Amino acid sequence: MLSIKNLHASVEGKEILKGINLEIKAGEVHAIMGPNGSGKSTLSQVLAGNEAFEVTDGEVVMNGENLLELETEERAREGIFLAFQYPVEIPGVSNLQFLRTAVNSMRKHHGEEEMNAAEFMKLAKDVSRQVDLDPAFLKRGVNEGFSGGEKKRNEIMQALLLQPKLAILDETDSGLDIDALKVVADGVNALRSQDRAILMVTHYQRLLNHIVPDYVHVLAGGRIIKSGGRELALELEEKGYGWLGIKDEETADNAAN
Amino acid sequence: MATTDQEVNELIKREYEHGFVTNIESDTFEPGLNEDVIARLSGIKKEPEWMLEWRLKAYRRWLEMDEPDWAHVGYPKIDYNSISYYSAPKRKEDMPQSLDEVDPELLKTYEKLGIPLHEREKLAGVAVDAVFDSVSVATTFKEPLAKAGVIFCSISEAIRDYPELVQKYLGSVVPHGDNFFAGLNSAVFSDGTFVYVPKGVRCPMELSTYFRINAANTGQFERTLIIADEGSYVSYLEGCTAPMRDENQLHAAVVELVALDDAQIKYSTVQNWYPGDEEGKGGIYNFVTKRGACIGKNSKISWTQVETGSAVTWKYPSCILRGDNSVGEFYSVALTHNYQQADTGTKMIHLGKNTRSTIISKGISAGKSSNAYRGLVKFGPGAEGARNFTQCDSLLIGDRCGAHTFPYIESKNKSAIVEHEATTSKVSDEQMFLCRQRGIDPEQAVSMIVNGFCKEVFKELPMEFAVEAGKLLEVSLEGSVG
Repeated sequence: MLSIKNLHASVEGKEILKGINLEIKAGEVHAIMGPNGSGKSTLSQVLAGNEAFEVTDGEVVMNGENLLELETEERAREGIFLAFQYPVEIPGVSNLQFLRTAVNSMRKHHGEEEMNAAEFMKLAKDVSRQVDLDPAFLKRGVNEGFSGGEKKRNEIMQALLLQPKLAILDETDSGLDIDALKVVADGVNALRSQDRAILMVTHYQRLLNHIVPDYVHVLAGGRIIKSGGRELALELEEKGYGWLGIKDEETADNAAN
Repeated sequence: MATTDQEVNELIKREYEHGFVTNIESDTFEPGLNEDVIARLSGIKKEPEWMLEWRLKAYRRWLEMDEPDWAHVGYPKIDYNSISYYSAPKRKEDMPQSLDEVDPELLKTYEKLGIPLHEREKLAGVAVDAVFDSVSVATTFKEPLAKAGVIFCSISEAIRDYPELVQKYLGSVVPHGDNFFAGLNSAVFSDGTFVYVPKGVRCPMELSTYFRINAANTGQFERTLIIADEGSYVSYLEGCTAPMRDENQLHAAVVELVALDDAQIKYSTVQNWYPGDEEGKGGIYNFVTKRGACIGKNSKISWTQVETGSAVTWKYPSCILRGDNSVGEFYSVALTHNYQQADTGTKMIHLGKNTRSTIISKGISAGKSSNAYRGLVKFGPGAEGARNFTQCDSLLIGDRCGAHTFPYIESKNKSAIVEHEATTSKVSDEQMFLCRQRGIDPEQAVSMIVNGFCKEVFKELPMEFAVEAGKLLEVSLEGSVG
């Protein structure tokens, strides 16, 4: 489904990704782990098409299409979804209006009929319950005054609504207590399907107890330095990033989480 | 970011939709202003002697006044003798007696503008008075309004048919000498709208005026006077457009509202005069004085404006809260892009006891435009227990525009309470990225974000205007955000 070859990207002239290679097939769940500053978030932003990052080399092909030539919104319509680490607020725009506009943009792109307000309301209510969000949230401004956990659940709700081909979850576990983590993980597990791939970016392994990945990759210094199965994550938890010769100030805190 | 700025610029380039010129035979005065011109104007309108005297008095006063220069706008000096002070579509005979007699070309113009002037408006329930250049062309729904006792006609008719009301209230809120542009208007106003709602009557439909400047080198000076008698209610809407021309055109209107005891007036404007092209050439100078007087107790005047047009806007719809417990409201969205300049806001003058006012101002600046909020909240010595709440928000799009806030507060009463909140924000790259990542077009994203920003004001507009206002923002903003 997704093939990343020798991907280099920089921000403000500073190279962050220094040759990423990764193959993801439909139905697979991949986890990208790594210390802070390794380029994990940059990889997610670059795949989604954030123009703050410049791709300097390499290629990304999704279902035969050169992803790097597509605009951000075109990539989204082709099925790339990014669950943001820090979802931004849009004051005055209701969640419901925002989501319906998004869903209808996708539907229009795929030649499907747009949903009217009533149809969409029903769908959105069902999905919001799935991530344990009170449907009253739909009427509030996009992320306006949401707690950290609510924002993350809101992101997963959007993934469930938009049914992407590739869902990229950027540190979706950060800032969640254990109950919220469970809800978010259930939502992500509901997304798992034979024709969908999931790419999870995380600092910690605890999320992987709830969403069991097929593959784990360790990203450091802008490159994937080790790949393996689920057991790699467990090994990292036990031995820390230092085991791979990587410095990480935060590893020591991992145990606390 | 470079890319997003480019997008913004492309978006902005959307053309002005109402820029067509109607080919219609007009009677237009030679440019120039003197007492003879005023007498001729008054003569054409078959005005009574007192009206001509009133105009001449205003004119003489105006000659002694200076054009205001304190606003945060800049424009070349206006030569008031290069403007024509009267232009009217030529009619085969006399005044049209019904819509059927109105020039079909003119009706077509209004149709193009999407104004419901014919049968359609019955569905909409809007009574329309359309002012084309200097004269009032047609007033619909006269009969059902007359049944309710509501007078809705052109100001010229009112001067002839209801001289007592006009003499009593014309200039009572905005006197001759109030300011330079109001003085000029008083001397040369050519037409406008008059509304009188009698005691205890709730006007059965929204009243509406549509203004259009068509002829070249003419100024438009309309005069609106609305009187809501005791316990009455009226909601009035006005819309404005003009063709695209390279020269600047002057629009200096005066609107006076009078609310007696327990009366309410709701006045809504969607102003979309031609803003000039993307280099800042042409466009309307919109120098307007709008003021309402809550002279009765428990009365209320509410201004809602959506200002997206004009090259230069100088406009401060205000309320004089004289009656005890009277209420003034000002809800404004002002959007500027390219080289547009707006200096707009309000004055809330609290004189009576327990008077209350609310100001919600939303300024949106894009391109190289400049957008200023200027507001005065004043409490007189008798304004016991009065209070004001002001909220001024500015939204910047791109990094070449400016937003300014000039709030003035004067209080001569210690019990008065003022609250003032102000924010400045930008349509951020993060917001745009979020929207686009969810598959939403950048244009649609910008318009959604801006509409969200304006929500508090839009909800004050009558339904059909709210829809129009939303669309107007979308059009005016095309290409403006990053």
